[in-house]
Amino acid sequence: MSTDNPMLSIQGLTKTYASGHVALKPVDLEVRRGEILALLGPNGAGKTTLISIVCGLVNPGEGRVLVDGHDILAGYRETRVRIGLVPQELHTDMFETVLDTVRFSRGLFGLKPDPDHLRRVLEDLSLWEKRDSRIMALSGGMKRRLLIAKALAHEPALLFLDEPTAGVDVELRRDMWGLIRRLRDQGMTIVLTTHYIEEAEEMADRVGVIHKGELLLVEETAALMKRLGRRTLRVHLAEPLERVPDELSDWSLELEDGGMVLSLSFSPAEAPDSVPRLLRQLNQLDLGFADIHTSQSSLEEIFVELVREQS
Amino acid sequence: MSRPAFPRFNTRGVWTLYHFEMMRFRRTLWQSVVAPVLTTILYFVVFGAAIGSRIGEIDGVAYGAFIVPGLILLTVFTQSLSNAAFGIYMPRFSGTIYETLSAPVSFFELILAYVGAAATKSVILGLIILFTARWFAPIDIAYPLLMLSYLVLVAFAFSLTGFIIGIIAEGFEALQFVPMLLVTPLTFLGGVFYSIDMLPEPWRAISLFNPIVYIVSGFRYSFHGSGDVSLWISLGTLLGLITLCLAIAARIIHTGYRLKQ
Repeated sequence: MSTDNPMLSIQGLTKTYASGHVALKPVDLEVRRGEILALLGPNGAGKTTLISIVCGLVNPGEGRVLVDGHDILAGYRETRVRIGLVPQELHTDMFETVLDTVRFSRGLFGLKPDPDHLRRVLEDLSLWEKRDSRIMALSGGMKRRLLIAKALAHEPALLFLDEPTAGVDVELRRDMWGLIRRLRDQGMTIVLTTHYIEEAEEMADRVGVIHKGELLLVEETAALMKRLGRRTLRVHLAEPLERVPDELSDWSLELEDGGMVLSLSFSPAEAPDSVPRLLRQLNQLDLGFADIHTSQSSLEEIFVELVREQS
Repeated sequence: MSRPAFPRFNTRGVWTLYHFEMMRFRRTLWQSVVAPVLTTILYFVVFGAAIGSRIGEIDGVAYGAFIVPGLILLTVFTQSLSNAAFGIYMPRFSGTIYETLSAPVSFFELILAYVGAAATKSVILGLIILFTARWFAPIDIAYPLLMLSYLVLVAFAFSLTGFIIGIIAEGFEALQFVPMLLVTPLTFLGGVFYSIDMLPEPWRAISLFNPIVYIVSGFRYSFHGSGDVSLWISLGTLLGLITLCLAIAARIIHTGYRLKQ
């Protein structure tokens, strides 16, 4: 199989549920080999529907989905054996043991038993010591790792993680992120859904923003920040001003903190010389300043902006 | 990453699901085996020994032996239905079905594994009851091979029906409804404890609308060489039920009803 075609290619995919709810408007998306793509959106945006269709849990509407070049309907065996799915909810049997359930997962996907592989997977996820425990005796965090182990039991090339850190505390979230990075380093392609912008920013090579069944954009995480990230410049003045001088009317400045701070919201991509020009102008006006400070808008702010643009 | 093409039939997947179901059976061995066997023994004590001794022979067969095929089927009917229904309903209920649905397993393979496991359990139970019955009544099986094949066919037909119930059911009550409120009464009225020829009209004529009559009759034929209706009508009824279930199952496969949205 060639390595330059995308791992996952979604073309014009739609989904309308029997209730009439439109979960996906035509969605186009390509996931490259070896990348981590985060699908970012609020609850009900269509993230879970999208991955459920690719994995075979939900019937697709219109459109086409290819996994490693195979159609998910005509070649469902070829696509599904390549995919590992970690669902959002902790769906596990209660009475099975850890080792039995990962064995089950591997067999279900039609693969020959491979105790060494299962041992490696369980060790990676710190579950090997628990291999003979019944699932119901595991903690929530362990159950979540067990679901990952089950998804990895058949050595997939494409891993879907649906809200991997929903309801997980900060420390476990860091562990999870580390784990996901290790999987990517082993060559796995990973698609994760999240409504934590921090997570997408931290983890993803690219981010797809999804809202009300529409994929608003897919971009490199850094480029997305660059293109859409607005920065805020705050100039702490030596002397307070009563109003913004007329000579500074080229910039949409605001006075804050009782006239001690001049604040400017700007986009580096749109006007790269905006800040240097402003600083030169301040010098010419002989307006002294004690400190300058810029801050970058978070993905959260970017996202709010995107959603506002769309609506 | 290059992979060999996936086989046309996921033998390992089917075996894994089948094995899982059989393990579940083993875990609940006590209730799976002991309860039906105990119930059957009670029937033999009450109907076979206590009452049966006063009834005498039916069609030249001692009453104790006469009721054996019907009692076996009574258990096979209800166990097939509820085992297969629970087998597929539980993963739907707990959510673990996601894994099976996302696996390279076709619906046909899914049905084969679940129905196969439920039917296997029922056949095992049926045979256990048959051997238990030998303590209470002398049993001669006229056509052993026919008996065994017929038993397998009945177990398959009712397991398939149970599987469909497990897919359609929206709650636990629905799972119990068909075995307890439909099949058990029809079986009691379907000639398990008597030959329908013993009934006065119009009850005899009404009984002929009960499909269980035909199914029990065929099984009794394999034991005693005679039944209420001809063996071919019995086999026809059974195959008719299987065909109907397969048609419904095909529809479920096609639409993903209750399994996929």
